[in-house]
Amino acid sequence: MTPGQTDLWTVVVIVFLALITVLTRTLFFISGKPWNLPHWAQRGLQYAPIAALSAVIVPEIIMVQGQFITTWQDARLFAVLAGLAWFYARHGKGQAVLGTIVVGMGVYLPLHLVWGW
Amino acid sequence: MFFKPTFYRHPEFRVGALDAMAAAPGLAAWGLMMGVAMVDSGLSTFEALLMGTIVFAGSSQLAAIPLIAVGAPMWVVLATGFCVNLRFVVFSAHLRPYMMHLPLWQRLLTGYLTTDLSYVLFTRRFPQHGGSAADRHAQQAYLAGNCGVNWTAWVSCTVVGVFLAALIPARWGLGFAGILALLGILASLASSPLRWVSAGVAGAAAVAAYALPLKLNILLAIAVAVALCLMLEATHQAAGASERSNR
Repeated sequence: MTPGQTDLWTVVVIVFLALITVLTRTLFFISGKPWNLPHWAQRGLQYAPIAALSAVIVPEIIMVQGQFITTWQDARLFAVLAGLAWFYARHGKGQAVLGTIVVGMGVYLPLHLVWGW
Repeated sequence: MFFKPTFYRHPEFRVGALDAMAAAPGLAAWGLMMGVAMVDSGLSTFEALLMGTIVFAGSSQLAAIPLIAVGAPMWVVLATGFCVNLRFVVFSAHLRPYMMHLPLWQRLLTGYLTTDLSYVLFTRRFPQHGGSAADRHAQQAYLAGNCGVNWTAWVSCTVVGVFLAALIPARWGLGFAGILALLGILASLASSPLRWVSAGVAGAAAVAAYALPLKLNILLAIAVAVALCLMLEATHQAAGASERSNR
């Protein structure tokens, strides 16, 4: 894609993502007949979402352009540690996810913009 | 849903709306960040507005945008979004008895609009699905109020975020807030030791297989992590069973 330009491919992807939202949120009430997933699939549902999130974010945190980062002076590492520390200090309650974002960015922005990490 | 007058005249509509408003500041901030993150990743204004109004699933949007930005094939983007969304399948199984009295199109619309937040608030207020028609109507009125506020807050703040992004230089790296949001969701999903294993294995595999073309490292990492967790679960159960039979 070209940044900032609308192209058909991206629009189609977005429409399909919306259909996936509908499909996953309604899967068990589309059909009027009662039915169950096979046992392994039901169990797999316990582990797939967290695996997907981790697979997306871990490379975004510890890699730069396909290479492992070679320095600890990376604003992202400190932002992640601060965000997680906040999340667990709050035991994940209330607005803990929002707090993770705010605290993490509170660490990230000064390190990134002022120190250039 | 919330366009039906019999719902918004019902007292439960107000209760549902107020419950959603309590969470609205968080949702507003997350929506703003979402708008900025979409534009910073290179989506056009139109694409970002379209995504912000119709996809209505923050975590799958955030997971999809880096893949769209690097031009990963469509099926990889969609499969990743699907996997992130699989938690909703569990919710839909739970919500089924609350929904089946509705006609199909209303079930689809209601389910589509019921996010994690509405699901949690709704099942907290109504631990049992309604027995009488009046009960079921009250439940739908609550859900209509809750989802109505939720949708309005999310979409309006996303739209503001899309326009705000033009004023904030991309080099500030505000898009990283999206990764932090996914990190927070990941931490809130990590409710059992095997889920931690799943996250650890998937993260390591995604890095190890990073050189694969087409961003296939993401799907490979999910498959490896889920397969390993299912195997560990089976071994654990077998061990538990033999321990019991030895007593």
